[in-house]
Amino acid sequence: MAEILRYEHVNITYNGFKAIKDVSFTVSEGEILGIVGESGSGKSTLIKAAMGLLGDTGLVTRGDIWYKGKNLPDLPASELRKLNGPELGMIFQYAGSSFCPIRTVGAQLYESMTEHKHISKEDFRILAFALLEKIGFDNAQRILDSYPFELSGGMQQRVGIAAAMLLNPSVLLADEPTSALDVSVQKQVVEEMLLVRRTFGTSIVLVTHNIGVIGAMADRVLVMRNGEMVEYGETQQVLENPKEEYTKLLMSAVPRLRRV
Amino acid sequence: MEAILKVENLTKVFSRRGWPDFTAVDHIGFELYPGECLGLIGESGSGKTTVVNMITRLTDATEGSIVLDGEDITKMSGRELRRAYRKMQMVFQTPTDSFDPRCTLGDGIGESLRNSGMSRAETKQEVARLLTECGLTPEFADRYPHQVSGGQCQRASIARALAVKPKLLICDEATSSLDVTIQKEIIALLNELRSHHGSELSILFICHDIALVQQFCSRVLVLYKGKIVEQGVPDEIIRNPKDAYTKRLIKSVL
Repeated sequence: MAEILRYEHVNITYNGFKAIKDVSFTVSEGEILGIVGESGSGKSTLIKAAMGLLGDTGLVTRGDIWYKGKNLPDLPASELRKLNGPELGMIFQYAGSSFCPIRTVGAQLYESMTEHKHISKEDFRILAFALLEKIGFDNAQRILDSYPFELSGGMQQRVGIAAAMLLNPSVLLADEPTSALDVSVQKQVVEEMLLVRRTFGTSIVLVTHNIGVIGAMADRVLVMRNGEMVEYGETQQVLENPKEEYTKLLMSAVPRLRRV
Repeated sequence: MEAILKVENLTKVFSRRGWPDFTAVDHIGFELYPGECLGLIGESGSGKTTVVNMITRLTDATEGSIVLDGEDITKMSGRELRRAYRKMQMVFQTPTDSFDPRCTLGDGIGESLRNSGMSRAETKQEVARLLTECGLTPEFADRYPHQVSGGQCQRASIARALAVKPKLLICDEATSSLDVTIQKEIIALLNELRSHHGSELSILFICHDIALVQQFCSRVLVLYKGKIVEQGVPDEIIRNPKDAYTKRLIKSVL
């Protein structure tokens, strides 16, 4: 399959502190790549770099991030803003707090759409209804009329997925999308994301420290430690037969349910 | 054997004017025996933390009784309650937030010792011993919470809880905010403490990760919507869940 996103020897620093050292990987169309690592290993930094969300102090100092022939760190802000949304979508760890608390979900979703294309309120409503129903909401109108805090954590997270999917991006970057959720809701969200890939062929870069989620979703895995790549390969091979010492350590630390 | 902690008919109803009453914990009862490690599991909003808050008397119970080591602490206050706290201590979810940011870890760990009349020199020695017991070096006493990692800080907060030699240690999601590798270390530390203290130390372990409970606890209570829906040996419950909620919970583990 054609490759859609490519990191080439990327280095990222925050105020002189090297957060990412020489990381390279590729994502093909429709592929799900999982990035795992402990806190502080630089996994979130890695995907924030693609969208230019590193803040004032973060900087890609070396290497390129290629997306459809464009080098993302070199793009001017105005052009990157056109890509963020319709081409690259992001799901945040706390989707609830990434929304404005004093405006309804519907108003915010509509705004994010009109930012990128002309669409009438009626067309938006039809589109949003279809999408919300697809990701498991029975009462889409109620969701659109709600304020973010009126929804439960799991619903907020799914609305976050809807917000990212509304513009139908080719790459979805998900930063710890399930870590704030209960296991039963986590499973729901995992299934929604798999459904998104099945129906739209979206590529997903999934950052998480939950190995279970990686096992259930990812095609390939990248293991990070202290900003460096430790292991990169097919999910099954990395999870069941890790080569590096650190990956072995990480796998043995995961509490697994014995169902015998 | 007499239970170290006995909870009967414990209920908490939150009432607010203009709203229907909300029953967060609904007539639950359980016993915790010396040396045992009891797991309490349930999804967010199931009432785990309310149960803990009532046992530690941070919230008043609406109904029911809490008996700690043969003493009814349900209505205790002031001096009496402070004495009861010498028998139970807590380890919180976010270690860094549970220490005063402007005091060193040593100050935090030694505070209860100083309050019980120990001299400065003795306290310093005891703090060093506690830190060593919890796998840190005595030098950590001079550090501030923000100068240590999450795992180290959680070790220090276990040392702080053990300072008064409690009979009951309550861990409220003590490992949930930590990485899996650090979580494994903390669980190893707790296991070590259990085998070291034997029946002197009982643990109430609140957690939402059923796999971790299976590894660590000898008995587990499943809490759902404020009620205990199932209890027993973790392996048994996982192999053969009876309640619909427990079944769903076990099915959703990835």
